[in-house]
Amino acid sequence: MSAAPELAAPASGAMVPQPFRVRRRRRETADTWTLTLEPLAGAPISPGPGQFTMVYAFGVGEIPISVSGSHDGLLVHTVRAVGAVSAAICNAKQGAVLGVRGPFGTTWPVQDAVGHDVLVIAGGVGLAPLRTAVQTLERSREDYGEVTLLYGGRSPGDLLFRRELEWLRRRGKLNVDVTVDAARPDWAGKVGVVPKLIDGAHFDPETVIALVCGPEVMMHFAVTALRERGVDTGQIYLSMERNMRCAVGHCGHCQLGPTLVCRDGAVYSYDTLEPLMGVREL
Amino acid sequence: MTALAEIMKDAPFFAGLRTETLELVAGCGSNVQFEPGALIFREGEQADIFYLLRHGSVSIEAYAPASGPLVIETLEAGDVLGWSWLFEPHRWHFDAHALTSVRATAFDGACLRAKCDADPALGYELVSRFAQTLIERLQWTRLRLLDVYGHVGRP
Amino acid sequence: MQAQAHLREPARKVQVTQLDSAVLEPDALESLVSALRGRGYRVLGPRLRDGAIVYDDLESADQLPIGWSDTQQPGSYRVTRRADEARFGYAVGPHSWKQFLLPARLRIWRSHRSGEGFEVEVQADDAQRPPLAFVGVRGCELQAIAVQDRVLLGGSYQDADYALRRDGIFIVAVDCFEPADTCFCVSMGGGPQIRGECDLVLSELLDGGHRFLVRAGSDRGAEILSELPRTDVLPRDLAGAQDAVTSAAARMTRTVETGDLRDLLARNLENPRWDEVAERCLTCGNCTMVCPTCFCTSVEDVSDLAGTQAERVRLWESCFSVEHSFLHGGSVRRSGRSRYRQWLTHKFGTWHDQFDSSGCVGCGRCIAWCPVGIDVTEELAAIRDTDRAPA
Repeated sequence: MSAAPELAAPASGAMVPQPFRVRRRRRETADTWTLTLEPLAGAPISPGPGQFTMVYAFGVGEIPISVSGSHDGLLVHTVRAVGAVSAAICNAKQGAVLGVRGPFGTTWPVQDAVGHDVLVIAGGVGLAPLRTAVQTLERSREDYGEVTLLYGGRSPGDLLFRRELEWLRRRGKLNVDVTVDAARPDWAGKVGVVPKLIDGAHFDPETVIALVCGPEVMMHFAVTALRERGVDTGQIYLSMERNMRCAVGHCGHCQLGPTLVCRDGAVYSYDTLEPLMGVREL
Repeated sequence: MTALAEIMKDAPFFAGLRTETLELVAGCGSNVQFEPGALIFREGEQADIFYLLRHGSVSIEAYAPASGPLVIETLEAGDVLGWSWLFEPHRWHFDAHALTSVRATAFDGACLRAKCDADPALGYELVSRFAQTLIERLQWTRLRLLDVYGHVGRP
Repeated sequence: MQAQAHLREPARKVQVTQLDSAVLEPDALESLVSALRGRGYRVLGPRLRDGAIVYDDLESADQLPIGWSDTQQPGSYRVTRRADEARFGYAVGPHSWKQFLLPARLRIWRSHRSGEGFEVEVQADDAQRPPLAFVGVRGCELQAIAVQDRVLLGGSYQDADYALRRDGIFIVAVDCFEPADTCFCVSMGGGPQIRGECDLVLSELLDGGHRFLVRAGSDRGAEILSELPRTDVLPRDLAGAQDAVTSAAARMTRTVETGDLRDLLARNLENPRWDEVAERCLTCGNCTMVCPTCFCTSVEDVSDLAGTQAERVRLWESCFSVEHSFLHGGSVRRSGRSRYRQWLTHKFGTWHDQFDSSGCVGCGRCIAWCPVGIDVTEELAAIRDTDRAPA
């Protein structure tokens, strides 16, 4: 058998990155940037809330990134530099070209939540995958009951989209409650943990739909706090993460028990997750 | 029921107490208020009060020589502030400031300790409630110790 | 596309009365190989090499492992000499057909910098790659190909390269008459008799004269069969073929109770047996390499030194590697225990949830090629015996 890589057949659409140019970049925190991308060829993609794409930095690699916005044919991604590929993506200057495949994955149930109270709970960079859902809830506010956004971060400097949060709070259509783990006295807001915000939020535990995204430990504590208030597992949705390579269900990496995160997630009902999350190293 | 006991009855912290018990505790209480920015207590000072916050927010701060003051917790209406009245040496461990204008009920520690010595059942009720609060604060603190939002590679 | 049609229809038993059947002398296999090569197929089949029966290019039927058999035990594989000149007198070797359909190393695309961005080169080279003919496919292997078809072609996305390689494959299947001690295809439903779709089925008969009963399973199979030197099928040929598989099935010693495996494994994720097997498992990944259904791959993005060209290469990967579950800062499955559990519960359990079938075909390769001889049938039985809570 030949040792050199054999040439593949004509590259199929799903595995070929489409070129997207960086139109704008904005620094959110010390290690997080928001990039606005425009497609260079082909139709713009229209991701649903909670979906992700595989973003490619030429010659470096490709990683799954949740979509944090999409409008007028543009694609917005908020990326945290935690490794070689994400750092390369964060370094992409205005005018640079990245590759995008997708969108992939399941969506937040903003349609099914119509008529219900909605609780959006985000931690750290987890607000990014929830951003488009929050925008939908805000735009169609009258379709929902009580809508509350709870957001926790490490420190005021680590919060994403601070201006937008202020704007949302001032606009008054959504309840916005933000907390940080620690702060200097020039922070006029809350210092504490997200479960405490959940304890104090106003919603009907019988019917509320909760959308949760953040580090897995933080989501675990948030779910505990929700359940202590009487929210049922079927009303809670989490965005999960696993190692992802192909995003099309062929490489076997993103398995989470009987599910594939690229196909059955990233957004999951907690009903599905509950038996899995108790098993270590699943 | 006295006016103070009426207010206390609705606070989650005192939920489930009988009227007589509420009155007993109310007897050690008085209403106070603080302007925004006012210092409520300073670390090291004598701590013989606990506050039940009824309106506004309070920040609890630690002071480190190099970095200056750091806010480690904020509390809101319904929260209880202060447990040093329960145990020697009755000194505050942190600073507390009013973030907004604050209305609270302040309970005198010496007064309450005397009543608890006389009535152990009352003592049990109060200590149970404070234990619950302490456990909750400990859980929150441990959660922050995990530094879940922190840099990758941290345990 | 043929590969997709294959998925839509349930596997059919070869209809003997529908299409052609004949008896061939062993030498006629040379004509079969020639006929396939003459039609432009790249013929692949079993060959003896380096002390094992492997799959490689077949230029002539002389290259088949004539008179060779195999002896397999947990952790052991040996080829042994037969007293006869059987062409297919062995079970399975370390190779499976997946190396041709899902190559171990494959360049998915190549790109180069262009202006501010980059361009992905679209290569149209299927004309250069000949269609494949597999000679000597076992029932378990046919089932394994069907299992991989479901994974790579049966979902919302199709693997384009797999589909192209898969399309037009000419399959010459062989009934199994010499199972190894490690085989358990009867439990998993794939053999020893050929049940899946193929072009020709060979039943090697040794009693009463060495010959082959050949049945066509497709029109093009019948077409090739019509060109081969043949004699008519006699009742004793049919009986002999039937006896061979019946006897092979009866000789199989290993079994797996498959009834409720998915639920059994789902409720036994904390069974102490995992600790026990973890003490033996080296997490070497041999099992995943020899397994005909394991499909995990990874991708590598590489660029040249100048940074002007980049490629994406797809490689086989094993869930036994720590990197497989890497997630910023660490791996989800750090312990060997969790990785063995992942492999076994996926193969026999969650594969059902993900792809609506079992992932195992009972070929027994993992048992023979495990350096410490871990036997999946034994592990499953142990878990069943210590079942935490019967449903």
